[in-house]
Amino acid sequence: MSVDDGMALDGTAAPPHANGEIVFEALWQARVFGMARALCEKGYFDWDEFRQYLITEIGGPNGNLMSYFEHFLAALARLVDDKSICDASELMARYVEIQSLPHGHDH
Amino acid sequence: MSDNSPQAIRAQALEAILVEKGLLDHAAVDDVIARYSERTGPMNGATLVARAWCDAEFKSRLLFDATAIVAEYGFEGGQVERLVVVENTDNIHNAVVCTLCSCYPWAVLGLPPAWYKDPAYRSRIVMEPREVLAEMGTPLSDDIDIRIWDSSAEIRYMVLPQQPEGTQGLSEEQLKALVTRDAMIGVERLAPPVAGA
Repeated sequence: MSVDDGMALDGTAAPPHANGEIVFEALWQARVFGMARALCEKGYFDWDEFRQYLITEIGGPNGNLMSYFEHFLAALARLVDDKSICDASELMARYVEIQSLPHGHDH
Repeated sequence: MSDNSPQAIRAQALEAILVEKGLLDHAAVDDVIARYSERTGPMNGATLVARAWCDAEFKSRLLFDATAIVAEYGFEGGQVERLVVVENTDNIHNAVVCTLCSCYPWAVLGLPPAWYKDPAYRSRIVMEPREVLAEMGTPLSDDIDIRIWDSSAEIRYMVLPQQPEGTQGLSEEQLKALVTRDAMIGVERLAPPVAGA
């Protein structure tokens, strides 16, 4: 899915038609958006602060290779790491742990 | 449906950690998603548009200081940024973009559509707005001036579409149903309602 997203962004310059578009293409995108907003509403960071991280991600070397929400997730992961809310190493460890679980375990 | 993509697992890992640390609960995330869901957001904008069509004094206030109106209505998601409403006329068509990222007036329009964040839309709507609007189903004649408003963290824009012809007798509630999100972003001009629809 992510590869296809990247291809689509890289491809034809014509914007997709206005109707029938999907806001979230996968559940994880909605969850990531929800996490960022909720953390912001609880005062862990300002939305503008997050936005700066997002701009940096979008403008980075992978700018056109990753989809918007992949940038969004990368920006959030970096921000919570910088804020010592959740270390990158901790996130990586949990990632490996979940990945090694048998399929169907996710909730 | 189980999603085992790296992004899905990374998102799941992050949410699990944040919940365990007591920084968030799953319900708070659900709540945000629901609040910014597609349907609820644009209804706020449509409420303002329909009222502006019916009430000239309200329209003046909306165009003069939309931020104050949003506060008056208590729409959530406004953050602290200013909202500016720009009016379409017979000779002027307005459209909104964020060339830098995806700034969007959430308080009145909810979540941005996927194409709003598309690099193609973000760059092309500025360079060749007439072509892009035509491709999106809104061809404009040459005597209509197109103005593109670039949103930022400080100022978000919303378009006040023209009231479709033949709808003068409708109630505010009926008019509200005619207002689309795309018309308030400015990639659509509202057509008169189809009889019987």
